[in-house]
Amino acid sequence: MFARYPPGAGIGENLVSHAEDHEGTRRDFLYYVAGGAGVVATGAAVWPLINQMNPSADVQALSSIRVDVSGVEPGTQLTVKWLGKPVFIRHRTGAEITEAQEQDAEGVAALPDPLARNLNLAADAPATDANRVMPSPEGEAPGAWLVQMGVCTHLGCVPLGDAGDFGGWFCPCHGSHYDLAGRIRKGPAPENLPVPPAEWVDNSTIKLG
Amino acid sequence: MSGIPHDHYEPKTNGEKWLNSRLPIVGLIYDTIMIPTPKNLNWWWIWGIVLAFCLALQIITGIVLVMHYTPHVDLAFASVEHIMRNVNGGYFIRYLHMNGASLFFVAVYIHMFRGLYYGSYKAPREITWIIGMLIYLMMMGTAFMGYVLPWGQMSFWGATVITGLFGAIPFVGDAIQTWLLGGPAVDNATLNRFFSLHYLLPFVIAALVIVHIWAFHTTGNNNPTGVEVRRTSKADAEKDTLPFWPYFVIKDLFALAVILVVFWAVVGFMPNYLGHPDNYIEANPLVTPAHIVPEWYFLPFYAILRAFTGEVWVVQFASFITGGIIDAKFFGVIAMFGAILAMALAPWLDTSTVRSGKYRPMFKWWFYLLIIDFFALMWLGAMPAEEPYATFSLIASAYWFAYFFVILPILGVIEKPLPQPETIEEDFNAHYGKADAEATPAE
Amino acid sequence: MFKKLAIGAAFALALTPAASFAAGGGEQHIEDFDFSFEGPFGTWDQNQLQRGLQVYTEVCAACHGLQYVPLRDLEALGYSEEEVIAYAAGNFEVFDPELDDFRPAIPTDHFPANTGVGAPDLSLMAKARAGFHGPYGLGINQLFKGMGGAEYIASLLDGYTGEEKEEAGTILYENKAFPGGWISMAPPLAEDQVEFTDGHPATVEAMSEDIAAFLMWTAEPKMMERKYSGFVGVIFLSVLSVLLYLVNKRLWAGVKGKRQH
Repeated sequence: MFARYPPGAGIGENLVSHAEDHEGTRRDFLYYVAGGAGVVATGAAVWPLINQMNPSADVQALSSIRVDVSGVEPGTQLTVKWLGKPVFIRHRTGAEITEAQEQDAEGVAALPDPLARNLNLAADAPATDANRVMPSPEGEAPGAWLVQMGVCTHLGCVPLGDAGDFGGWFCPCHGSHYDLAGRIRKGPAPENLPVPPAEWVDNSTIKLG
Repeated sequence: MSGIPHDHYEPKTNGEKWLNSRLPIVGLIYDTIMIPTPKNLNWWWIWGIVLAFCLALQIITGIVLVMHYTPHVDLAFASVEHIMRNVNGGYFIRYLHMNGASLFFVAVYIHMFRGLYYGSYKAPREITWIIGMLIYLMMMGTAFMGYVLPWGQMSFWGATVITGLFGAIPFVGDAIQTWLLGGPAVDNATLNRFFSLHYLLPFVIAALVIVHIWAFHTTGNNNPTGVEVRRTSKADAEKDTLPFWPYFVIKDLFALAVILVVFWAVVGFMPNYLGHPDNYIEANPLVTPAHIVPEWYFLPFYAILRAFTGEVWVVQFASFITGGIIDAKFFGVIAMFGAILAMALAPWLDTSTVRSGKYRPMFKWWFYLLIIDFFALMWLGAMPAEEPYATFSLIASAYWFAYFFVILPILGVIEKPLPQPETIEEDFNAHYGKADAEATPAE
Repeated sequence: MFKKLAIGAAFALALTPAASFAAGGGEQHIEDFDFSFEGPFGTWDQNQLQRGLQVYTEVCAACHGLQYVPLRDLEALGYSEEEVIAYAAGNFEVFDPELDDFRPAIPTDHFPANTGVGAPDLSLMAKARAGFHGPYGLGINQLFKGMGGAEYIASLLDGYTGEEKEEAGTILYENKAFPGGWISMAPPLAEDQVEFTDGHPATVEAMSEDIAAFLMWTAEPKMMERKYSGFVGVIFLSVLSVLLYLVNKRLWAGVKGKRQH
């Protein structure tokens, strides 16, 4: 576009056109270095402008929270907010554990979603009750704790607890029924309720994220 | 575009022709960037680029800061701290924005005084000058409103004092002040509207900058000799000029890089140097800081504002003949805006036929005195309003007005100018020698 | 001539703010402490910051808040995540609107706001006070010493003369660093009031310095990152300047002949 006056061939060049070739090379080299430095400067200026839109330190700090579950009695559920979404922390009773494991016996393949959807396990882990629940802390029966995202996998509503045809959760928006292990059993939702990364910090504290 | 004869863009390929017949944007950019520029421009002519950079810097960092800032009296101060502590790189972006305002004003003052010395305001460049003054006024408004946004003590009390100026207007002052603030005092309504306008005005400034450039691209740049580029033919014009790209772009970018070294050092190592510590205390309508000092770039005009107290005879006289309508407070406001208006009127107040101060032996000294006066006012604006500063302020303010309304008109009549070069080429060659094919680069 | 004048003018400009502050000085006496974080290459003394936090926790926190400082930022002082959790829970209770009750603080909470009547928040105190600007006329002092906020705090805490007087029902204490000379805060520090785990002596002066350094950190936690960015920027722009200077010189070499003098 500005071919008449490219940086390397301004009026200056016409006037020193008899200059030796290597001098021309040296001049071009200087122009390339300067141009390169300009590009680096621009890049260095642009990156912070992009990066400032990434989650800020206060938001990042909330990506991992600790939940005190010492007050969650068997048969009740604690709902906490994590990453802006509800997380259901269910302390299941012995009867509930048994019932959930009975559902297990019908076979994973019979479920609408045969995968555990547990971020603590491999992606292809089958949706058995054991793969859905948290390992229990010392002194508690296996399967006593179930931690899952309270977001219906259909269109993102929050399911209701202790409801539905399978004794687990029921999403009122479009009628999805989840069982006592948070697995989808009936209705339009395609997947089991996802299990977030969770671990025990001590016997009464769960760390999410 | 009219102006200095030079080559224009001509579309060559079919694609170029297709575009050019529909939207001649390439030609417009070409003509703008390849504008013939007097080749004798010295280093005082680099500040235009610095100003363009400042505007871009302020708009870009500003847009980014807005993503994290909350314009509410309860949250504004905390949201600035959020930027400083939590946002990725936020502390640096905010310090750039804060100090960018200072760089902007350093550049604009040098740019203006360059124009005053070399007569850049004179015919046919009056419009360029007036647009420039408008930009300057808008910059002051933008900077003032921006300073309110962090909602520190100086933000609040600065806003209270400056909007109080409008309260000095006879009869309607109180109504205007209330209207400006959106209430009886600076509060949430004020913060919100200042935020809105602080965001808006820079884009108005950007539009005015385009008009500013358009105007002086029509008249051609002034230059240190004040002698016009020969327009008799393209060949003649080319003896006096060089295309803006690459000659002046590279020169200006070099200067910009040097200036940015200093700027970066300030931002990195002493970013609060030009700020006021009181602005790190959240605004409190019940406690006034011990010393309210405006930002440094307002100090000269702040000094003029305060100089005219009720004891000054001019003020008493004005009060007497207007039957008390113009009191000391209002007189100060008139004086402050009058000082800026005086600059804007320079094209018509300067009677000299010679443009550049280089060839005006008497003018020079009065001009140097004006610069000293400007810095004296800046210093006085920061001093407490007591003797001896009050008297000094009055003398310095008087000189400011005398320069524009007395000295400039008289000098043109009584001064005997020095001989000027015939052409820009002559001036250039006198400095750098005639460029010829045998000349070897200095290295 | 114009050039010389302009350089002089630029200097005058650089000095203006220094002059503007000098007016408010009064008879304060601010000691110039030699803090480790001063100057373009100064860095935090992490042990000092930890001692300062200890003094804050055991003494200042009784009245003064740090409401803009998130507790999680304490990891920058060299504490582990567990230590910060323990510190937050062990020292502060915050009101949780979701619980509608107080609960022990967690790292994502901020330090509580002030509790004492009239006790200012200390988060930004080191930037909200300018201790010194001198030597008079040398405006670049900030470059090497900072703006003196930390010095002001240390001088104030170490500046009690022991005199006191009663005025309108309030007891005022004479202080060399406080504007006006009389402050309503009783001398907060006493020798060996705090026992430092690193065995550092707990004199009033040493504790004053430690808390001042800590408050500089709370006011400007990103100071090191800022100086680093500034340093990289200055170096890079200097290189760019040299390159552009050479390009500019090459470019104009053909246009300009030899200087005729």
